[in-house]
Amino acid sequence: MSYRPGQRVRVEAREHQGHHRTPAYLKGRTGTVERVHAAFRNPETRAYGSDGLPAQPLYLVAFAQRDVWPDYGGHADDRLFVDVFEHWLQEAQ
Amino acid sequence: MSDHDHDHDHAPIADGDEPPAAARVRALEALLVEKGVISHEDVREGIDWLVSRTPADGARVVARAWLDPDYRERLLADGRAAARELGIDPGPAPVLVAVENTERVHHMVVCTLCSCYPRGLLGPPPDWYKSLPYRSRAVSDPRGVLAEFGTTLDDDVELRVLDSTADIRYLVIPRRPEGTDDLTEDELAALVTRDAMIGVVAPAAPAAVGA
Repeated sequence: MSYRPGQRVRVEAREHQGHHRTPAYLKGRTGTVERVHAAFRNPETRAYGSDGLPAQPLYLVAFAQRDVWPDYGGHADDRLFVDVFEHWLQEAQ
Repeated sequence: MSDHDHDHDHAPIADGDEPPAAARVRALEALLVEKGVISHEDVREGIDWLVSRTPADGARVVARAWLDPDYRERLLADGRAAARELGIDPGPAPVLVAVENTERVHHMVVCTLCSCYPRGLLGPPPDWYKSLPYRSRAVSDPRGVLAEFGTTLDDDVELRVLDSTADIRYLVIPRRPEGTDDLTEDELAALVTRDAMIGVVAPAAPAAVGA
């Protein structure tokens, strides 16, 4: 587990061919680790018949809606919580 | 005889009113059975399990949490264990996280990538939950979506949208309605609708039940 609750993390903006569970709307966005779930087998390799090992830590990451959607029409405090696997995260400055 | 114009004949892939997706699923199932990956019995058992679950299971969990603060703590700490305590099979998803709505925070759940849903506690998801408009707008315009469900949040409420993209399933514990102090656990459970546990509406008002 490389990240801890409260830490700022950025979702990598890279492309990925094939199955993956990182929504496109989050790529390149920065949020805060809310919760460390556990490590789970990697869906990106499981989808193609692999055992999905090594398991990847999964985090619940909170994003300010206004950081994700610049013209977000709701309230300033509204947030989006998304489960993101560790290999899609990098430490944010 | 097919009615399209490639160069071989075959029986119609879709019979009558069968949607193309159903034909594709039948073909996939036949292939997987032929290759020995699954059996027809596995598929039948999976469907039987899924349709045996209903939102009444989740409602029992919520009603107990409203009545019993210790149970509420256990539910927030470990949703699967709390479901099992009430004899409910929480299903195959490895982690069930319960999130609690309060005066200041409102949660709603979506799966933008497909239709991840706490089926063990709520049964099959409604069609709108799987629809592209809900899946896209629940993250980009959640207050607009809530308004279409007739739900307006107070100005000082923080809206938290949970996008369940992976192995975790989320269950919303809605706020207990006013005027329910005298209700039994079963009467409380009757107020807890499926949509309230997805977080798009508030529970039913007590007068609306059994009226």
